[in-house]
Amino acid sequence: MVEALLAIVLVVGTAALLSWPLGNYMTSLFSGRYAGLDGVFVRAAGRAPDQDWKQYSLALLAFNALMFVFVFLLLMLQHLLPLNPDGQSAASLDLVFNTAASFTTNTNLQHYSGESTWSYLAQLGGLMWLQFVSAATGLAALVALARGIGGQSSMGNFFLDLQRAAFGVLLPLALVVACFIAFRGVPMTFEGAATVTTLEGVTQTIARGPAAAFVAIKQLGTNGGGFFGPNSAHPLENPDFWANCMQMIAIIAIPMACVWMFGRIIGRRKHAGVIFGVMLVFLLLKISGSVAFETAPTPAFAGLPVLADVGNLEGKELRLGATTGPLWAVLTTSTSNGSVAAMHDSLNPLTGLMPMAGLWLNATFGGVGVGMINMFLYIVVAVFIAGMMVGRTPEYLGHKVEGREMRLAMLALLSHAVLILGGTAIFAATTWGQGTIHNAGAHGFSEILYEFSSAGANNGSGFEGLGDNTVPWNIATGLVMLIGRYLPIIVPLAIVGSLMTKKRSAESAGTLSVEGGTFGTMLAITILIFGALTFFPAAALGPIAEHVTLMR
Amino acid sequence: MTYLLPSLRLWALTLLVCVVAYTALVFGFAQALAPYRANGSIVEVDGRAVGSELVAQGFTAPRYFWPRPSAVDYDGMGAGGSNLSPTSPHLTARAVETVSRYRATADTPVPADLVAASGGGLDPHISLAGALYQADRVAAARGLDVRVVRGIARDTAAAPGAVFAPEPVVNVLQLNLALDQIKP
Repeated sequence: MVEALLAIVLVVGTAALLSWPLGNYMTSLFSGRYAGLDGVFVRAAGRAPDQDWKQYSLALLAFNALMFVFVFLLLMLQHLLPLNPDGQSAASLDLVFNTAASFTTNTNLQHYSGESTWSYLAQLGGLMWLQFVSAATGLAALVALARGIGGQSSMGNFFLDLQRAAFGVLLPLALVVACFIAFRGVPMTFEGAATVTTLEGVTQTIARGPAAAFVAIKQLGTNGGGFFGPNSAHPLENPDFWANCMQMIAIIAIPMACVWMFGRIIGRRKHAGVIFGVMLVFLLLKISGSVAFETAPTPAFAGLPVLADVGNLEGKELRLGATTGPLWAVLTTSTSNGSVAAMHDSLNPLTGLMPMAGLWLNATFGGVGVGMINMFLYIVVAVFIAGMMVGRTPEYLGHKVEGREMRLAMLALLSHAVLILGGTAIFAATTWGQGTIHNAGAHGFSEILYEFSSAGANNGSGFEGLGDNTVPWNIATGLVMLIGRYLPIIVPLAIVGSLMTKKRSAESAGTLSVEGGTFGTMLAITILIFGALTFFPAAALGPIAEHVTLMR
Repeated sequence: MTYLLPSLRLWALTLLVCVVAYTALVFGFAQALAPYRANGSIVEVDGRAVGSELVAQGFTAPRYFWPRPSAVDYDGMGAGGSNLSPTSPHLTARAVETVSRYRATADTPVPADLVAASGGGLDPHISLAGALYQADRVAAARGLDVRVVRGIARDTAAAPGAVFAPEPVVNVLQLNLALDQIKP
């Protein structure tokens, strides 16, 4: 109990402390404080004219299309290209589509095991490159949104912002994290697998590779795609407790900093404080639930001569400590990271509900940049509802929120639920899903629900027992990831574009303040109603049903 | 064209910086300062590679300490967990087998980590309790005093994360290597 509390304080506290200076630095970086650097960037991009929301979105989509096409080709042709010491063969086209979509959209859903599927070139030149530029895309989008809503006349230039994000934020942090975890035991070699003869004389082949570089950006960019199949549960990807803590801090630090950056760009730090507070409350609630539920011993061992003095250890790693499994599960799903340090499929039923809740809300800090963008949608809805309740024209930061903006916000928020619940319904009703589940009954339904939630939230974790490397799964989740990524980025930019054309009104005594506890409560309730209630029936069929059967 | 040209320029630049330069830097650092770690922590005995310190191997002989169960049979090229629900009857069936291998009874219940499979199937550790539980078998098979075996297990044990994760764990490969060092 005490050590769980200490571990949570260590990880969440350190990340929160780091996020403040990091947010300040990011604000300076994106405001063009480092003119010398920007000069280099402008030369690299050719020209960097100011863009309105349409131009910014088009630039974003153009670059992301290029990302997808390049990596699709690289993955498809890996067997003909160099840096393939373990002799990986050609992958199926549907898997190539799914993987390219997955890493382009910052999701990193993996329907494969890295060590037995991709060459080092595919992993580094394709997937790791996307881990940098897809995270940078999200950050750039948030900066553009903040500039627009904060009253600046233009949204900036996408190409310039992408470089600032990639070279100014992600790269230096990745270097630090990569070197640290390499010293703790994550391999960084191009030599291919090691063959050893064990003490009992058996030959064991151990996959290695340039993992340290990959793992660092996988965490910092809320990507989550593992170098090895079991992700950060693999001892070579997460070798000890301290590397583990470093990775957990790396997961949440930039999403936290994004909130402070948003507040500074719009010039409303107290408002950012309220948003940060609401997110933190949700995060801590989920962590408490998850850690508490997981202290129950593995139900399947009841009645056997097995000591029941520890929590559920199935799918967990001893070197990471008792708290890591449930804590990591919440951190990785609150952000859109999706790396795992314990098998989510083997979490106790109610523990498994906590990461799912993270995927549904998708705004407890959320993905790099996009988490705050999702929160912006909730904020727009919250001020609208609040405005209606008191009978005033709803305003946000002096912008009148009207029908057009609300329709767009609802489109983005509802699409999340439609993609997840619609996909789950289709796959649960047909052999596409039924034929692929690993556990029977309610837990099998949870596997399907989790997979679509993860794809829709651009998360990438999974109930990995699911046999998801099939054509229907690869295509369906590929499409869900693409829609679930670009709709919630473009729509908010459109909302801000629409708000920017209106005259801003000065705030008066009658305006709903966005800086106090009232607003915080209103926001939290909105998130709960939208995020939690929409998905409650599905939760009742999956994890809750499984838990209730257990209570018999 | 307005967007394609800058996209292509950025494509080349980010590949060069974020992939080539970044990878080279991390590779250089790791190989120069921590080559043992960077190459997978491969343990050698008399110049022969016997395993990775970080990767479990499947000990089955009574004279060795056994690791946690592995859903992938300690396959270093295809790691993975069981992904069984903690309520699954398949998990119970697997646990029954493991329990009988340890000959556990209601009076001598086995520590849970020896029955639960790890997430990657390659967890190199068992709990200290799990090691002490096996000490009698190992000592008998080797003709050693059980107190000596227990002592070695305690010496090999360490808390993985100071006060944040104090439950002591034992690296199975290191423990078995230490056992092989002593002559009965």
